[in-house]
Amino acid sequence: MSILLSNISKNFGQFSALHDIDLVIPEGELVALLGPSGCGKTTLLRIIAGLEQADKGRILLNGDDKTDLHVSQRGIGFVFQHYALFRHMTVFDNVAFGMRVKDKKYRPSETDIAKKTHALLELVQLDWLHDRFPDQLSGGQRQRIALARALAVEPSVLLLDEPFGALDASVRKDLRQWLRNLHHELNVTSIFVTHDQEEAMEVASQVVVLNKGRIEQQGSPAEIYDHPANVFVSKFIGQTNEFELSHHTTDWFEHIGLQVAEESTPDWVAHVRPHDIEISKSTNDNSPVTLKDWQHLGALIRIELTKFLPNGSPKIVYAEMPNEQFKRLQLNRGDKVDLRIRHAHWFH
Amino acid sequence: MSTAISKHVHQSTLEDANWVRWSLITIALGFVILFLCVPLLLVIIQAFSKGFGAYFSALSQPDMLSAMRLTLLTALITVPLNTVFGVAAAWAITRFEFRGKDLLITLIDLPFSVSPVISGLIFVLVFGAQGWFGSWFVEHDIKIIFAVPGIVLATLFITFPFVARQLIPLMQEMGSEEEEAALSLGASGWKTFFLITLPNIKWALLYGVLLCNARAMGEFGAVSVVSGHIRGMTNTLPLHVEVSYNEYDTVSAFAGASILAALAIVTLILKTLLEWKQQANRASV
Repeated sequence: MSILLSNISKNFGQFSALHDIDLVIPEGELVALLGPSGCGKTTLLRIIAGLEQADKGRILLNGDDKTDLHVSQRGIGFVFQHYALFRHMTVFDNVAFGMRVKDKKYRPSETDIAKKTHALLELVQLDWLHDRFPDQLSGGQRQRIALARALAVEPSVLLLDEPFGALDASVRKDLRQWLRNLHHELNVTSIFVTHDQEEAMEVASQVVVLNKGRIEQQGSPAEIYDHPANVFVSKFIGQTNEFELSHHTTDWFEHIGLQVAEESTPDWVAHVRPHDIEISKSTNDNSPVTLKDWQHLGALIRIELTKFLPNGSPKIVYAEMPNEQFKRLQLNRGDKVDLRIRHAHWFH
Repeated sequence: MSTAISKHVHQSTLEDANWVRWSLITIALGFVILFLCVPLLLVIIQAFSKGFGAYFSALSQPDMLSAMRLTLLTALITVPLNTVFGVAAAWAITRFEFRGKDLLITLIDLPFSVSPVISGLIFVLVFGAQGWFGSWFVEHDIKIIFAVPGIVLATLFITFPFVARQLIPLMQEMGSEEEEAALSLGASGWKTFFLITLPNIKWALLYGVLLCNARAMGEFGAVSVVSGHIRGMTNTLPLHVEVSYNEYDTVSAFAGASILAALAIVTLILKTLLEWKQQANRASV
């Protein structure tokens, strides 16, 4: 089911949490709402769910205006950050809850409920835990039960608030993969909130970057990474080096292959990804760049370079390259190096 | 060497602690026996001082029975009302943001901080014949003060914090996520309350109801001011005990007191059980 948000605004007292949000999410997408804490992403999710009321704006699900509909009538599935499992009910009763509270007219028979509950528990691979209570489960298990419970009411939209936020790193990795596969299988339009850009890029088919209550950019993970719309997105997604243009630096920029446009002014800044920087041993002792240190990141090496700015203060530049390539360069700490910029984004 | 010294120091501090510990235990135990157990024992001895027959005939006097009935009636009206009020107040305070919330929390505690006699006097001033609404009530032939409604009102006021005070911290700690989850799964507000909220707060709620009931049955000060002490009409059990005692009817006075003491003991046992239940419940969270 497609989701359309138009002109959504929300204030908490003096604080403006969301500001004129317009967003279209096509059917079947798995969307990440990504942003730093306090950017309004959870508020937006809760407004879509109906757990929070927007001050202004409309919410359309599949073309139907649901703005004034109560949360219980919206047909959404919501997975809470801390799962919010009913602590006094077994896993089975938790998952069956949504079917049991339906009006008598629409309520399935108890045998149908049981059948469906077991099917859902099998879907999340936890049927063997059906008679346990939530406090007897691990974090990852609780998360999957919360998901099964939300799916039991056949929601048209699935909303997940920081679904992996409270889990161990290793469990998180598995669950990300699992969620993506599950989404493939069910194809229900889903939105999840996260502050972790890696998670957003790995799991989502569409990423919406939020900052200070506004949408900065929306696109596929590749689009966001390769063509950041502005300085905020560029800095928030992946690592980046900033090269500020000034009268002193133009020549050096040309020298390292950073193309400076004719119309550029001193407030322009180039963003360069670490893997877009090539380095080589310098033959020139006066090169302003020194190799300071390096760290192993598995297959890659992260290299810390010091560049002395014309005013004498050092600036750290990060470069990344495969392990093997770095070994071949035979560099030591303190060596002078030459830079070569392969690709840069200019912002002004 | 150093271990030897530290062992010695350790032992001497232990001895000190022992000395302090035993004297504190003795003082506390002595206090409990002198001021709680002895009076209780005295109540029972006095009640039965003229034999079982006198005890039971004192209990079956019409005035005594009427006092018991009135006490039960008062509790039967005030406890359910204050339960509903307590749940509603706790819900409002822990689930909604509104202006004047802090004031409401403070006001709930008001009956705890005002002397019961003063509370009773306030009711006399408001509803009494010379009070603000007095003439209106007189005109319409409604008796509040020196009648059952006044007793119920005063008790209602005195016992009104018990349930809310028990629920507010628990509901604050629980948060509203489970309720939101139930709503998002399509449950109505009532279903959410009965299926999710109530099972989570039931032990604390029962605890609050128990304390509320104990106070409703035992209240003396406020009720004494508004009741007028009309025998067989507006005397609750605690008031009847006082009246009997002042009239040197010791057996009656202590028989009534023994009923109240029994109530207190039952309350204490139930309270302990509920505390234990609540702890088990919280541990599973």
